[in-house]
Amino acid sequence: MTQRTRNLLLLAPAGTWFLVMLIVPLTVVLVFSFGERGASGGYVPAFTLEQYANLPARWAAFKNTLILAPVGTLAALVIAYPLAYYLAVLASPKWKTMLLVLVIVPFWTSILIRSYAWIFLLGGRGIPALLAMIGIEDVRLINTPFAVLVGIVYGYLPLMVFPIFVSLDRLDKRLLEASSDLGATRIRTFLQVTLPLSLPGIATGSLLVFILLMGEYLIPALLGGGKVFFVGNALVDLFLQSRNWAFGSAVAATLVIIMLISVTLYMRLISKLGAQREDVSLM
Amino acid sequence: MRLYSIFVYLFLYIPIGVIAIFSFNAGRHASQLQGFSTQWYGKALNNPFVMDALQTSLTVAFFSALFASLFGTMAAVALQGIKGPLRTVFDGLIYIAVMIPGIVIGIATLIGLVTLFDLINPAIAAVWPEGVTAPKLSMGMGSLIAAHTMFTMALVVIIVRARLAGMDRSLTEASSDLYATPMATFRQVTLPLILPGVLAGFLLSFTFSFDDFIIAFFVAGSETTLPIYVFSSIRRGVTPEINAIGTLVLAASLIMLVTAQILLRRGEKRKT
Repeated sequence: MTQRTRNLLLLAPAGTWFLVMLIVPLTVVLVFSFGERGASGGYVPAFTLEQYANLPARWAAFKNTLILAPVGTLAALVIAYPLAYYLAVLASPKWKTMLLVLVIVPFWTSILIRSYAWIFLLGGRGIPALLAMIGIEDVRLINTPFAVLVGIVYGYLPLMVFPIFVSLDRLDKRLLEASSDLGATRIRTFLQVTLPLSLPGIATGSLLVFILLMGEYLIPALLGGGKVFFVGNALVDLFLQSRNWAFGSAVAATLVIIMLISVTLYMRLISKLGAQREDVSLM
Repeated sequence: MRLYSIFVYLFLYIPIGVIAIFSFNAGRHASQLQGFSTQWYGKALNNPFVMDALQTSLTVAFFSALFASLFGTMAAVALQGIKGPLRTVFDGLIYIAVMIPGIVIGIATLIGLVTLFDLINPAIAAVWPEGVTAPKLSMGMGSLIAAHTMFTMALVVIIVRARLAGMDRSLTEASSDLYATPMATFRQVTLPLILPGVLAGFLLSFTFSFDDFIIAFFVAGSETTLPIYVFSSIRRGVTPEINAIGTLVLAASLIMLVTAQILLRRGEKRKT
């Protein structure tokens, strides 16, 4: 048996699996999105752009997703950055790994249970009840965009901290010393040395969180109470309740296309920022 | 800065802690602590629906982690020795599997498999002998395992390839210079080196499958996994029983994660 045949045999199971469980299903979604809805739900073969023309019917879901996914990503970034900075630059090396593991661990536990915890905390008998005790009455937190945002930050913070930590940890600490030796203030050192050098970490973290948020269903379903819904919630409704497969497929295909476009634009922007920085440093 | 970090840790751990504390609450009401009791754990573990869902989840997680780590490792090893279009195709497949949102994977698997079954079932019925009911393919345990395997296999390929890339190439070359067959080199050199990665991949796959809600929500058919059970109970309201189940689920994933970490760490040491 030649090496090539052996490699092909080793790849065969994984390749078949990806073909049957990934490529075929995604193709079916694409085909169905040009079809029509059957009388009792499901799909009737056709070639029409009707489903795509009908997309504005779910405009609210797209709008919410396109607002809350970037806002959620930004909120997670703002909260994650100082922590990543503390872990990478300030924390003692003895505790560093331990502290980092403590941030990552929640990400690998059930997001369902972790979001549920916030129903408990934000619900009428949680934080609002505590606030009422100190005289602030009638605060409604659950089922608001704020609750969804808290859930998002809580759920995806670890994913944001990790890449930023890695890029800050790799940063040569002598650069920071050189900057302050040359008389730069701490803020200036941060803005001109630390921040630009951690840009790759920021880019990776934001990208990961943004991608996951675009397809989010659980957090808005549990903490948004039907008032704050994402494309994910529209998809569950279309496939599991109204069984409108053709329209649902068009919504899913559109979601993936929007995601690909925004990710590509974002990557371009990041590489442009990176290129600009090099120009400056050359001068 | 330090104070800020402490706040973030509190933010990360208080919600989990609150669930754990309330799971030991003696009272019926979810919001008032009324003494210590383990009655909700007893209730949860004696609830046949919970135990059924748990059994489904464990079975699905075990088999998908098994298939994913086996086929994923095979693919990673083969990709190590391949260049050209085939490698590009596989890189693309793994990229797609990881990039596409879970909810779209769930939907695609649902309508893809239902369409496929609609084509296959009449064919099976046609070739089946008269008078005997032909088996019918439908969504359920099989589709759950297949869908979870697809996604977690991509994770295993990524993890094992990272280990293979970090491996000292001269080791396998030395082995073949010393006239070991490729099989012997694999068994005695490569496998021991990547084994911690494979086991960590198995555990992460298991954890992913066990915790997954969104893919299972679409492809489970008439089966109920533990996350699906918990989700539908939450919709009916917050109960101490859910707190107990939640605490158990979190504890189980913690144990898995720590084990995976230790394995990866130990492998790291052996490598140097």
